[in-house]
Amino acid sequence: MKRRTILKGAGALALGSTLGSRVLAAGPTKVGFIYVGPIGDGGWTYQHDQGRLAVEAEFGDAVETVYQESVPEGADAVRAMTQMALQGAELIFATSFGYMDQVLEVAAKFPNVKFEHATGYKTADNVGVYSARFYEGRAVQGTIAGRMTRSNVIGYIASFPIPEVIRGINSAFIHARKVNPDVQFKVIWAYTWFDPAKEADAAKALIEQGADVILQHTDSTAPQAAAQEAGNVITFGQASDMAEYAPLPRVSSIIDNWAPYYVARTRAVMDGTWQSDNTWDGIGKGMVGIGEISSAVPAEVKAEAEALRDAIAAGSYHPFTGPLRKQDGSDWLAEGEVADDGTLAGMGFYVEGLEGDVPS
Amino acid sequence: MIVFEKRPSPSRFWAAVTPVLAVLATMIAGGVMFWLLGKDPLVAIRTIFWDPLFDPTFGAYSRPQLLVKAGPLILIAIGLSIGFRAGIWNIGAEGQYIIGAIVGAGVGLAFYPTESRLIFPLMVLAGAFGGWLWAMIPAFLRVRFGTNEILVSLMLVYVAEAMLASVSQGLLRNPDGMGFPGSRNFKEYPAAHNGEIIAGTGMHWGVVMALIAVIFAYLLLSRHMLGFQVRLSGEAPRAARFSGVKPARLVLFCLGLSGALAGMAGLFEVTGPAGQVSIDFGSGYGFTAIIVAFLGRLNPLGILLAGLLMALTYIGGDLASLMLGIPAAAIQLFQGMLLFFLLAMDIFTNFRIRLKKPEAA
Repeated sequence: MKRRTILKGAGALALGSTLGSRVLAAGPTKVGFIYVGPIGDGGWTYQHDQGRLAVEAEFGDAVETVYQESVPEGADAVRAMTQMALQGAELIFATSFGYMDQVLEVAAKFPNVKFEHATGYKTADNVGVYSARFYEGRAVQGTIAGRMTRSNVIGYIASFPIPEVIRGINSAFIHARKVNPDVQFKVIWAYTWFDPAKEADAAKALIEQGADVILQHTDSTAPQAAAQEAGNVITFGQASDMAEYAPLPRVSSIIDNWAPYYVARTRAVMDGTWQSDNTWDGIGKGMVGIGEISSAVPAEVKAEAEALRDAIAAGSYHPFTGPLRKQDGSDWLAEGEVADDGTLAGMGFYVEGLEGDVPS
Repeated sequence: MIVFEKRPSPSRFWAAVTPVLAVLATMIAGGVMFWLLGKDPLVAIRTIFWDPLFDPTFGAYSRPQLLVKAGPLILIAIGLSIGFRAGIWNIGAEGQYIIGAIVGAGVGLAFYPTESRLIFPLMVLAGAFGGWLWAMIPAFLRVRFGTNEILVSLMLVYVAEAMLASVSQGLLRNPDGMGFPGSRNFKEYPAAHNGEIIAGTGMHWGVVMALIAVIFAYLLLSRHMLGFQVRLSGEAPRAARFSGVKPARLVLFCLGLSGALAGMAGLFEVTGPAGQVSIDFGSGYGFTAIIVAFLGRLNPLGILLAGLLMALTYIGGDLASLMLGIPAAAIQLFQGMLLFFLLAMDIFTNFRIRLKKPEAA
């Protein structure tokens, strides 16, 4: 709050004197955002756009933001980012994993422009990567799901079999099993991040197979609507709170909160202190939020979930703590051992107890 | 009272003029839409049609991009148009494009990291073969069992997409990619990379091949016996049969050719602008090429222009959404209008419109 007032004061001062405005002759800092979906998806892209709006709110006239939505992952992303850089953007956030090689390609052509790539792992002098430890939120989800299910069948709408998604399935499963040893997971791979029709079909198929809890790693609210229609099925908001479906079917959510990070990185560019880095923050730093646990959840379950959330935030508990085995029965983590970030970042296997295979 | 009189044969004048009218109508209707969205319609139209070519900031970058975007569209549309002329409807070019990319890229990756100059031509052939093979499925089923090639070729697109997802995560996955889906990037594999032939022009081998295909199709249709048979089969199937055209051979030829060209387009794209086999490599070129084929009146030169125009609306559309904040959906609507108006204007080509005074009762 304080910092904001100081900045506003500085802005007013600069505007007040012609000398000041000449010092800032470059004009506002231009920040670009490349989105994989429409900003109205109510999930992933919506949350990134909230981050963009937070940057505007923080810096006011000192920044100008531009964005392009529904940019396919591939050659089109190269063009979108190049046009942004040509237009004078000094910082570009590419907000989907599939932009990885394209970000590096464009970044090599514009060494003075800073790039931030979400959920990727390749960095360069002017390319930083950032992601959130969504699996921490999945642990809380799994706990609630395991307690709430009556059929002991939990449906999971997965997107692509990449480490981030597999991590989420494992984390939710481990914690559901912990509170309910009879629980089974059914996973459907939708091969899309955002396709309301496909997501609704997947939700219906899972409900028909007896699932009374639906977890999703896709971005639309279609599974929420399908669950509402079916009745007696609970869901969790994905990426954004999806509070319009509370208290039922949506009983809680994982909220991606990019705003503090976007504001911090924009400030770093304005200060000239930006450096490429690899950020992976979770509940503790506020990048992953747990949406309000609704009144449909019994008080003791809610308390248990919140205690888990607080333990993760405080760093006293890691969702991947041994003893844990891989699906094939081989040992992974010994008693009390905690998974290292390298293994988590490249996770391509299921933990013991999950049925089915990771598609390949 | 307005009366439509069927023309004995489609008007050549109107066939040439209606695409221009359709573009104008799209500008007007699109302008109204942009205005309703609260954007200045003139600025929006200028951003879409003018800025990609002549804007001082973007022009130098987006002019070559026009070729990059138009190349695969033209290459696929040329193949499709020959079939369409003969009344053979290959709707599954998208699938052939994907399979061509998979097969061609697969051959290249199998020899990684060779430096042989022969690898790229071999990959082009493999890509064409993949597309041809995929198109042979509907062709064979039609010739042998009389199935409908529209349905079969379309359904095979979804099969191809599933195979693409599978190989991106399995067979062709980058072994150095930390388990993430997607093949090696061809930009880091020089012998197999389809880069720009002259830097900064956007001209890659796919664009060259598209131009060759235009010339080839023009000669085929205007100078060659086979071209005559193609046209005859489409315009008068019975007459064609009497004059000795073998329908089965024509089906195999047309589907095979369009499949091979689509497969080649896929190979050029995956080794060039796209760079890698990835789950969402299929970006709809195979479907958009159908629009380009019709926008170009199934005429090789028309397709060349239509492909460039389509590319312009894509690049200009991107620019408009970036500069003016026009939603992506509105840009797609704008592109859809173009096809809608074109098809609607066909009425002038096929009918004569007369004003008739109502006769006294």
